Amino acid sequence: MSPSVVSVSHISKHFDKVIAVDDVSFDVALRSTTALLGGNGAGKTTTLSMLLGLLLPTSGSISIFGVDMLRDRYQVLPRLNFSSPYVDLPRRLTVRENLTVYARLYGIINISARINTLSEELQIGRFLNRPYGQLSAGERTRVVLAKALLNEPELMLLDEPTASLDPDTADYVRGMLEAYRKRTGTTILLASHNMSEVERLCDDVIMLRAGKLVDRGTPAQLLTRYGRQNMEEVFIDIARQRHLEITPDSKHVVKQ
Amino acid sequence: MTGLAHTHTGFSPSLRRIYALVLRHTYLLRSSGPRILELVYWPTVQMVLWGFITVFLVSHSSWIAQASGVLLSGVLLWDVLFRSQLGVSLVFMEEMWSRNLGHLFVSPLRPFELGCALLTMSLIRTLIGVGGAALIAIPLFHYSIFSMGLPLLAFFINLIIMGWSIGLLVSGFVLRYGLGAESMAWIAIFAVQPVSGVYYPIETLPVWLQYVAAVLPSSHVFEGMRAVLFDHVFRVDLLLHAALLNVVYLAAGFASFLAFFKIARVRGQLLHVGE
Repeated sequence: MSPSVVSVSHISKHFDKVIAVDDVSFDVALRSTTALLGGNGAGKTTTLSMLLGLLLPTSGSISIFGVDMLRDRYQVLPRLNFSSPYVDLPRRLTVRENLTVYARLYGIINISARINTLSEELQIGRFLNRPYGQLSAGERTRVVLAKALLNEPELMLLDEPTASLDPDTADYVRGMLEAYRKRTGTTILLASHNMSEVERLCDDVIMLRAGKLVDRGTPAQLLTRYGRQNMEEVFIDIARQRHLEITPDSKHVVKQ
Repeated sequence: MTGLAHTHTGFSPSLRRIYALVLRHTYLLRSSGPRILELVYWPTVQMVLWGFITVFLVSHSSWIAQASGVLLSGVLLWDVLFRSQLGVSLVFMEEMWSRNLGHLFVSPLRPFELGCALLTMSLIRTLIGVGGAALIAIPLFHYSIFSMGLPLLAFFINLIIMGWSIGLLVSGFVLRYGLGAESMAWIAIFAVQPVSGVYYPIETLPVWLQYVAAVLPSSHVFEGMRAVLFDHVFRVDLLLHAALLNVVYLAAGFASFLAFFKIARVRGQLLHVGE
């Protein structure tokens, strides 16, 4: 069993009377790619935000690389990075300027060389000198991924990494993430709505619904457990609350 | 293994991150001529307006005639206070407008370092804006605020620190209440203008308002400015009052910014920036 990079224990997040995340606990194994799945409002982005320290949980604890994120997050932040469609980069700055600023924030030594390497890997070289705001959605996603890779993070938290991408670009990004993980051994935790992405990239899947963790397993385990052909059907089972009940003889059945 | 192999461990990481953010806003500033022009535009318009009023009053007011630069100095020094506050608030709101706060605060950047970068950019913007207007006043009205000498530096430092303090408070307020509160950046400072004695002595105010003026660093600065221009005396006591108050103001400014930042982390406002 691989050691845990992320350890979440009984976290909850309440916004006044709304419970966005309700007593969720899970670990993320070293060098795994783990998916946080769930419909809109399931609590994926809220959970990721709490892991990153952008949002303080109402209760519970989070440790990353063995460090308490609620107390010492600055020890850990240089070792991780993230991307999200809900967070942008300054639009008037060129791609190169944006990457330079973030490279300095992360203390990268040879900034030009790092940007050149990433621009080759992510094929962003031809628009390095264009303002970020003038790029297409697909180009921007690649730039944000380049920003997320600047510090060669040991842990990447990706919120819907292929949202708003056309199938070709989305496939390219998935391939790039696979190759990056294989090459560096980084750990990835991603939130996604895209089930083919999850089947392709992830070793482990955490299913959320209405802020609660409702199931967990490898894609193969979940397919078997729910008796489905693909993760999309599993997702729909869970979203429509046709979730599992454990019978007295410990066999899982899907409750309609 | 991934990770820190390519990262700096030497040179003060904190200064490096502050510099990174200053660089980010310098990129923005230098990429836009209108932005630089706008920095100089308002201070210059104010200076020209009050310059002509001064020209008129010099021949119609014995008080102004004693020190013809008093109004122009007031205008320019007031703009130091206004521009320094606005500089902090606008540079911070630039991060909110560009929905960039999430990326910034997942990087190793500390809120205190963001605050320091805001103050640095505010200083740069104020020097460009008010400095430009002060230079234009020399050929236009044959008046150089620089003729005040070293006291000018003391006034400048005190006003800019007061502006920073209010700018930090306003930035925190906008972070807490969203961009719907951004007008605060433009109006907040004007609450202290009547009580600061920019264009008239503090003794003009009703007695109860003079007590309010006493706790504003700006009122001591403008009294000190008039002492230099009318009496040719540099009032160290006024400077010390202003400086001591500014220590409190700046500490309160940073404390409120950090408190609002913590509230934003509780309420999830670093990711969902908006009205």
